[in-house]
Amino acid sequence: MDNVSTLSAKISIEHLTYRYPFAKNRSLEDITLSIDAGQSIGIIGRNGAGKSTLCYTLSGLIPRFFHGKIEGSIKIDGEDVPTMSVEKLIRKVGLVLQNPFSQISGAKMTVYEEVAFGLENLGIEKDEMHERIDTVLKQFDLYKKKDKNPFELSGGQLQRLAIASVLALQPEILILDEPTSQLDPCGTTEVFEAISQLKTLGITVIIVEHKFEKLVEYVDKIALLNDGKLVKYDTPEKIFSMPQIEDYGVGQPIYTALCKRMGLKKPNGYYPVSFNETVTLLSGLKMYE
Amino acid sequence: MSDAVIKVDGLWFAYKDNEYVLQDINIQFDNRPTAIVGQNGAGKTTFVKVLKGLLKPSKGDVWISGTNTKETTVAQLSKIIGLVFQNPSDQMFKSKVIDEVMFGPQNIWKDKKDKNFVYEQSIKALRIVELDNKLEEHPYDLTLSERKLLCLASVIAMDPKIIILDEPTIAQDRFSTRKLAEIIKELIKDGKVVLTITHDMDFVAENFERTVIFYQGQVLDDGPTEKVLSNEENVATAHLELPNLVRLAKALDFKTTPLTIDDFVEEFSRCKKAGD
Repeated sequence: MDNVSTLSAKISIEHLTYRYPFAKNRSLEDITLSIDAGQSIGIIGRNGAGKSTLCYTLSGLIPRFFHGKIEGSIKIDGEDVPTMSVEKLIRKVGLVLQNPFSQISGAKMTVYEEVAFGLENLGIEKDEMHERIDTVLKQFDLYKKKDKNPFELSGGQLQRLAIASVLALQPEILILDEPTSQLDPCGTTEVFEAISQLKTLGITVIIVEHKFEKLVEYVDKIALLNDGKLVKYDTPEKIFSMPQIEDYGVGQPIYTALCKRMGLKKPNGYYPVSFNETVTLLSGLKMYE
Repeated sequence: MSDAVIKVDGLWFAYKDNEYVLQDINIQFDNRPTAIVGQNGAGKTTFVKVLKGLLKPSKGDVWISGTNTKETTVAQLSKIIGLVFQNPSDQMFKSKVIDEVMFGPQNIWKDKKDKNFVYEQSIKALRIVELDNKLEEHPYDLTLSERKLLCLASVIAMDPKIIILDEPTIAQDRFSTRKLAEIIKELIKDGKVVLTITHDMDFVAENFERTVIFYQGQVLDDGPTEKVLSNEENVATAHLELPNLVRLAKALDFKTTPLTIDDFVEEFSRCKKAGD
């Protein structure tokens, strides 16, 4: 039964509007979008566009932790997120916060115990718990550090620990708010590879990320936010081919910027967004000359 | 090399007995815009904390504007060298943006009776990072990106000769990153020595004249950015990646190392002409 629900997890947001307590403006305004089970979605937008706030509403932190007024609806598997039981919600949605320093419990003395913390709270059997912890620690290259105090880790290691702790919970939907911000380039690639593995497991992934060159290789669609509103929800090539994309303060993949500068489009009329597309396009040109 | 503002001689550093996280570092820094890159845990942050005098060398010496960090106090050093931490929450504790920025200058210029001077310095710094419209806000009400800029302003307000930025591009969108690049250029034009730790290789390619690669507590490579970032082997050893344009240029067999879109376009059209 559990497996079935994993595969059909689906998010539907309708006319979602939210304002933080005492805030003058709405952080989210009339957002409507739906995400199919197993899809990977990128959320982009300038600082303050509402990306993290959208993550908080999806994970139920709004309105449980951050109060304020929610209008419209946000549903997972047809059930309202704001009123779903916390226990159920935790099994469905995992959230990796933007700042790993905020994610770490601070209550645990070792890396190992930190990962165990969430699992203990879910009441996972001991054997399975150990197995899950070993798997994620190895996956994120933290196994050798398992007996260290989390606060002895570097920023990058701490961020990997935050991701590992959430992944160990095996949520159906994983939300990552700038998960690679503190990571070196190889660490970033490792995290994205881990995310693409999740995709093969049918997990729905929502990721806020500024490293577009990496993002576009892994996501099916991108939601572009601006001032709390959803500007466009479409494939990466359509998003970044928008003539007015620069107006939203997000920039674009450097490959797209280069091809726009050179006036080069793909045969389908859109600009390339990824490394491979750009190599194909440019080497084709070189051959013609 | 006479205008080296920072001189590091045979520096070793260990947090615990004999576990050296920095090993025999010999390097000098002048006013060239310099990026320090390296994988997580390579010793970059430890290194800049030693420069700032927060940590004292286990062996060797660090000279800041001719003063040995062992022979002075952190308070004295903070008049010459400022460090913007990676995590802004590590350096904020006031309840208003303006108070946060004024704290450093107030202490540095304690003897100066002129309160206005400190205020003006602080406003000037906040204007540079474009937070001068948020003076009365609580630092924790700012976004992470703004908090990072606030920390930068707090350091700029003290007007040190040397400014070190530890991962300033974290949590910044592309426009803020561009803005940050402009702030760094302004600071350099103002005669500051700016060292920047970053993982953003495109940011390095576009904005820094010199690049230093740290690897396992040592300097693996150091030189003009174009040269350092074209050495694929070193970059791979250090667990880094080439900047996206350099990677693209390699895939297309360019003979040069384009660091900007302009460089790339120029070289591409040259290639095409040569092929005609």
